[in-house]
Amino acid sequence: MTRPFNISALALALLAFAPAAHAQSLLNVSYDPTRELYRDVNQAFIAHWTAQGNPTPQIETSHAGSGAQARSVIDGLNAQVVTLALASDIDRIAAAGKLPADWQALLPHNSSPYTSTIVFLVREGNPKGLKDWGDLLQDGVEVVTPNPKTSGGARWNYLAAWAWAEKNGRDPKAFVADLFTHVPVLDTGARGATTTFAQRGIGDVLLAWENEAYLALAELGEDQFDIVVPSVSVLAEPPVALVEANIADDAQRKLATAYLDYLYTPEAQALAFKHYYRAWDASAADPADVARFPKLDLVTIGDLGGWAKVQPEHFGDGGIFDQIHVAK
Amino acid sequence: MMRAPLIQRSAMPGLGLSAGITLSMLSLVVLLPVGALLWQGAEFGAANIWDTLNRDRVWAALWLSFRLSFLAAMFNLVFGVLLAWVLVRYSFPGRRLLDAAVDLPFALPTAVAGIALTALYAPNGVLGSLAADAGWKIAYTQWGIFLALVFVGLPFVTRTVQPVIDEIDAEIEEASASLGASRLYTLRNVILPMLAPAALTGFALALARAVGEYGSVIFIAGNIPLRTEIAPLLIVIQLEEYNYGGAAAIGLAMLLISFLMLLVINLIQIWSRRRIGHV
Repeated sequence: MTRPFNISALALALLAFAPAAHAQSLLNVSYDPTRELYRDVNQAFIAHWTAQGNPTPQIETSHAGSGAQARSVIDGLNAQVVTLALASDIDRIAAAGKLPADWQALLPHNSSPYTSTIVFLVREGNPKGLKDWGDLLQDGVEVVTPNPKTSGGARWNYLAAWAWAEKNGRDPKAFVADLFTHVPVLDTGARGATTTFAQRGIGDVLLAWENEAYLALAELGEDQFDIVVPSVSVLAEPPVALVEANIADDAQRKLATAYLDYLYTPEAQALAFKHYYRAWDASAADPADVARFPKLDLVTIGDLGGWAKVQPEHFGDGGIFDQIHVAK
Repeated sequence: MMRAPLIQRSAMPGLGLSAGITLSMLSLVVLLPVGALLWQGAEFGAANIWDTLNRDRVWAALWLSFRLSFLAAMFNLVFGVLLAWVLVRYSFPGRRLLDAAVDLPFALPTAVAGIALTALYAPNGVLGSLAADAGWKIAYTQWGIFLALVFVGLPFVTRTVQPVIDEIDAEIEEASASLGASRLYTLRNVILPMLAPAALTGFALALARAVGEYGSVIFIAGNIPLRTEIAPLLIVIQLEEYNYGGAAAIGLAMLLISFLMLLVINLIQIWSRRRIGHV
């Protein structure tokens, strides 16, 4: 859970074993809540790849906060594939010259094989009657979210609240400022916030990735929490990319490309549905996995002006998120 | 070894080799990383450093970190010395076990400590619910941070003071008593002055450890800006924004304040040594 330790330990391990790495190995550097998804995807991909007559590849996945993972790759972590929470984190890797600037156009659906959104996880029976974003500002309601400064998922939380306020004629800046006065604990990552809400009993509502909320239900008991879907939320697109600078040879390029393409196949898309992600191709998925997603009004990052504009304006040093806390 | 002027040849052989190894190790492990931090700060520029630091949120975090670290180290100074005294001077069943337990905060990963403390002191935890009944919130307040810092700093004072207490002969106390001194007088004017330098060293170590502590505090702090946000978290936040300069600026500020605090502690130590004349 302590990111700095995980990453430095991992970097050290990779440093020590770097000469031993051969072409048939692949490191996928990912963000926090995708552990379960990639455990299954890796297994399925290895079966798929060896079925085509290739030798068994060694595929490793590392998980931590999206920003910390991007920084590790920039600082030299030898990842051939990145699958992060925010396009702006991969933009940073591109700015460091490790992959082309137009990376997001190279794969379908903005390079996002699966998407998710932000929902509310409330206590069983929804005792405070929280139905939509506006209800979160009622007196005495405590909202748990990680810190948008340190968590990719929390940036989506913040933007979803912002989008709802814009659509409902509220001043979005005042709305999110008020919302964050209801936050008693700002964890650094999505998993930490889930623990605070679910295990420590803090707060009335957790703003969470939809996949994380379903996972909490599955792991911690459906009789303890309910999922509430607000009227407006964001379409969170966690993108994937090939890290050009870390490709050792053609064989590894072939493997890495096949891995990313595999994410778009019906089999991998079915796994994404199974792990509560909103994927694109439901042809091989269990219909029950697809049917559980309610329809809602999803605002895209493009509607809000794109990451290149949103990131510095809202989350940069001295940006709107910093201002609302100073104003308090 | 290091005291000898460079030209004068030491009577002990092997100075060149041992000094060479020492300096290389020290450079690799300590001097180079600190140098890199200074370099990063110099590149960022004094004006930018000041702009980064001179914000309510940064001042609040620095004040919180150093104030709570100081209080936790004070707490450890008193109870760490007491604990060391009990462990050395008394013999009771389970003493060795207790003695071994003192080292646990060294060995336990700080994240584990943080999560365990949070689970205990959260409003639905065993101790936290008792405190909550009394209207006292511990986890996710400054109390929680204080608690975590006491936990990680405790062994430093106890372990530095223990060998010193071990060396104080009971005869000294007996001599003091036979000359008519009361127990309190013996404690204050005979025992404590002998313990003071070691206790201060332990205090300084516990303080330095607490100032830089991140892993355990982050789980129990709540991390609300201006209220429970520690300075190391601000550094992580700056890094998260890819603002290496800003992170270095806060790092340098912490380094400078820590350095000044350790300097003051050293001066007090020198002064107390002169006054007592030995140890």
